[in-house]
Amino acid sequence: MQKFLKDKEHLVRLAALFAAGFVLFLAAKTLLVPKGFGLYGHYRAGALADNRARPISFAGRAACGECHTDKRDEIQGGKHAGIGCEACHGPLAKHAEDPSSDPKPVKPDPRKLCLTCHLANVAKPVKFPQIDPKAHFEGNPCAGCHSPHAPDKEPKT
Amino acid sequence: MTIGRREFLIGAGKLLIVTAPAAAYLEAMAAGTEIEPAYKMADHYWGMIVDIEKCIGCGNCVRADKAENGVPMEPFYFRTWVERYHIEGGWSEHPEVDSPNGGYDGFPEKYAVGDAGKSFFVPKLCNQCAHSPCTQVCPVGATFETPDGAVLVDKTYCLGCRYCVQACPYGCRYIHPQTNTVDKCNLCYHRITKGLTTACCEACPTGARQLVDLKNPKDPVHEYLRTHKIQVLKPQMATGAKVYYNGLDGSVR
Repeated sequence: MQKFLKDKEHLVRLAALFAAGFVLFLAAKTLLVPKGFGLYGHYRAGALADNRARPISFAGRAACGECHTDKRDEIQGGKHAGIGCEACHGPLAKHAEDPSSDPKPVKPDPRKLCLTCHLANVAKPVKFPQIDPKAHFEGNPCAGCHSPHAPDKEPKT
Repeated sequence: MTIGRREFLIGAGKLLIVTAPAAAYLEAMAAGTEIEPAYKMADHYWGMIVDIEKCIGCGNCVRADKAENGVPMEPFYFRTWVERYHIEGGWSEHPEVDSPNGGYDGFPEKYAVGDAGKSFFVPKLCNQCAHSPCTQVCPVGATFETPDGAVLVDKTYCLGCRYCVQACPYGCRYIHPQTNTVDKCNLCYHRITKGLTTACCEACPTGARQLVDLKNPKDPVHEYLRTHKIQVLKPQMATGAKVYYNGLDGSVR
């Protein structure tokens, strides 16, 4: 034993230096690696909460129907029943949160809006109803004949 | 060699001094960030169905995504977009593809009726891959697959090195000009974790896009996948893409 540890000074110094380096490394890693890193994988778990923090712009059709029950009932059962309100009326989450707030929802320009979908195009599915606006009652608002909420129910004469 | 009690105690003391900070470090690592308790990640696994036979190329999804997620207008970027395919004679290895402004303003008529070609629209977005090449190349762990099946970006960690932009086989990523970090479709993670659908699905008038939860046994996706011919984009890349296309033509890249 005594013979083995003869001139051990340099070994102890090296070991102490190594230990100090290791402690320094751990301390630095603790400081630099953010909280939650590695909880789910090689990334910061807090990033999930960051992604969730963004405010919404589209309230969703359920929120619209809470107040606009007449429109909710009108659209049901028709060809446009599957379309979300904000698909035509635009994102209105702020309005759904506080109906008195600005900007107030505006009525979409009917002929322009209808043509967003129903303008004839070769690439559209054949079964989808399409019109050529030049040949189809040019210059007149679509809503004069077709109800935008229920185009196939109670056709206007 | 024998070790006396004295040497043993000194050695053990030194070991304790070294391991104590390590133990404290491990404990600090285990304490993760709390996720809202109402939403359980383990109960969900998100994907999307895209029905090409229903897409009319109106561009509502592109506009909705811009409005919801603040995708810059100038310079013009998009996180979801619609492509128009035109194939002369019905089949070609090299289809003609256009996507003016990603379909933001719709598609002006370009082809004549009965020109012996075939045309259709293909909506595209991040495929939320289960084995994503983009997350594998990130050198700092700034992009990753979540346990509930979304591929997200950690903006505070992203270096803007653009490696992932090149790695994505679907071209779904861009560098946001204001933040200089990468941005991509995050499947409206802020909406789907609140019980809402994505902005593009909310705005789609024909139901061509549908957000699906593959872990929800009541989700109509299971019936849909059973009763339709489903394909994902670039299956040869083995990315584990979770955007399932119905009616996808073989010429679509």
